[in-house]
Amino acid sequence: MARIIVITSGKGGVGKTTTSAALAMGLAQRGHRTVVIDFDVGLRNLDLIMGCERRVVYDFVNVINQEANLNQALIRDKRCDNLYVLPASQTRDKEALTKEGVGRVLEELSEGYDYIVCDSPAGIEHGATMAMYYADDAVVVTNPEVSSVRDSDRMLGILSSKSRRAESNADPIREFLLLTRYDPLRVEKGEMLSVDDVQEILSLTLIGVIPESKSVLTASNAGVPVVLERDSDAGKAYGDMVARYLGEDVPHRFLQVEKKGFLSRIFGG
Amino acid sequence: MAGHQQTSAAGRPAVFELKAAGFTLPIIRLFEADIEAVAAELGTRVEQAPEFFRNTPVVIDLSGFPEGGGEVEFPLLVGLLRGYGMIPFGVRGGTKAQHAAAEAMELAILGDAEGRGARAERATGSGEPARSAPAPKRGGEAPSEAAVSPRRNGAGFTLVTRPVRSGQRVYAAGGDLSVIAAVSSGAELMADGNIHVYGPLRGRALAGMKGNTDARIFCQDLQAELVSVAGHYRVSENIPAELRGIPVQIYLDHRILRIEKL
Repeated sequence: MARIIVITSGKGGVGKTTTSAALAMGLAQRGHRTVVIDFDVGLRNLDLIMGCERRVVYDFVNVINQEANLNQALIRDKRCDNLYVLPASQTRDKEALTKEGVGRVLEELSEGYDYIVCDSPAGIEHGATMAMYYADDAVVVTNPEVSSVRDSDRMLGILSSKSRRAESNADPIREFLLLTRYDPLRVEKGEMLSVDDVQEILSLTLIGVIPESKSVLTASNAGVPVVLERDSDAGKAYGDMVARYLGEDVPHRFLQVEKKGFLSRIFGG
Repeated sequence: MAGHQQTSAAGRPAVFELKAAGFTLPIIRLFEADIEAVAAELGTRVEQAPEFFRNTPVVIDLSGFPEGGGEVEFPLLVGLLRGYGMIPFGVRGGTKAQHAAAEAMELAILGDAEGRGARAERATGSGEPARSAPAPKRGGEAPSEAAVSPRRNGAGFTLVTRPVRSGQRVYAAGGDLSVIAAVSSGAELMADGNIHVYGPLRGRALAGMKGNTDARIFCQDLQAELVSVAGHYRVSENIPAELRGIPVQIYLDHRILRIEKL
């Protein structure tokens, strides 16, 4: 049985797809058979971030409508044999995702995979509720600013009421907080909410803090999950997040402003 | 006076529509049978705000009336209230004998207040609740009460152990509500009785939803958007800064919502 993880936020543009790609790649690289599904029907992006946009033939909606089988639609990642991508349809609308259809696809995937990562669309509409409905774990992606925090809070409320686990009175979904686009310098200046501020409002298990980094955009444009950028802070932070998700005790990094040494100041390190 | 829920049959071809509506009304709690003393006290009160009492419907509350405290002389009392411009129309609490006397004066017998103390067990328990929720309503969103899986026990109170998130609502019908986690901004707590919050209270809290003016709100860390007791409310902007972030109780003192440091 696979573990189903939803990457969600409520607010758009906070880094759900980047996180989905990084988590899926991270899990796959550690030897777990992983599939990542794009639930953003009509606005698909995951294929771009994963760099497989030119190999999309069938999509998630085709599988739900039984116009194609899973093996035809799944795209194997070229960098990691354990990772598969199930792209969203760009031409349909979100109503194409039915509860029964999604359930059937996830059940079929559960048999062959260890982890299923669901990349949720923004908002609290149909696509987002479908992405979370069958989840076992949820990673709530939040930027350190008030509107994102409130939307995450709203999302957590929906997670605890409108999921299969909630409806069947099973153990609740495990919820994790991921802070992205964190800038310690701006936090120090009081321009940005700190990790503690956000934690005080959301009181969740913190699974990672991803620092604001140029490498995220560069990697996205190149179609490379940023977790593969091992030299960048964001790549390292995503690596830590994957380790923490798998139960390892890794200390948080990149929370403080880096003290620049004399030499690095001169040479612009 | 917050949130009267007036209903109307606007835009309907029907001649009338039968609906329930809730009102917040003044209650006169009687502690003595001595009508002279009542008259004197009432006189001074009305003098302070004569306009307020003019044509105001009032309920006579006998739940604080001492046992064996003598007969309530309803004809005199009703006459006295009418004399000051009030419209006495109902009685709450008290004994069966008192109810019979009240009915003889054509006063309605209203359901007893819930969550009342010492004399509650002497209530006849007949009839429906006096009034329904005088709450400021939020439009649009569907309530997601089940969200927090509140636990109700036999004693009529509701316990919530998980955080109440933005957009969630919890209503403890007929009793107290205790929340031992955080209440986020945009969340709504409602109870017919008291509300206790042991985490930070950042959302809304409305106690005494059915008009119980004795209901109170207790919280460890007041950061609420709105607090209300029996329809008397205050929004965040009107909560003094020195009372924010500390343990407080919120209660009604002669129709004025008071926030007091604990």
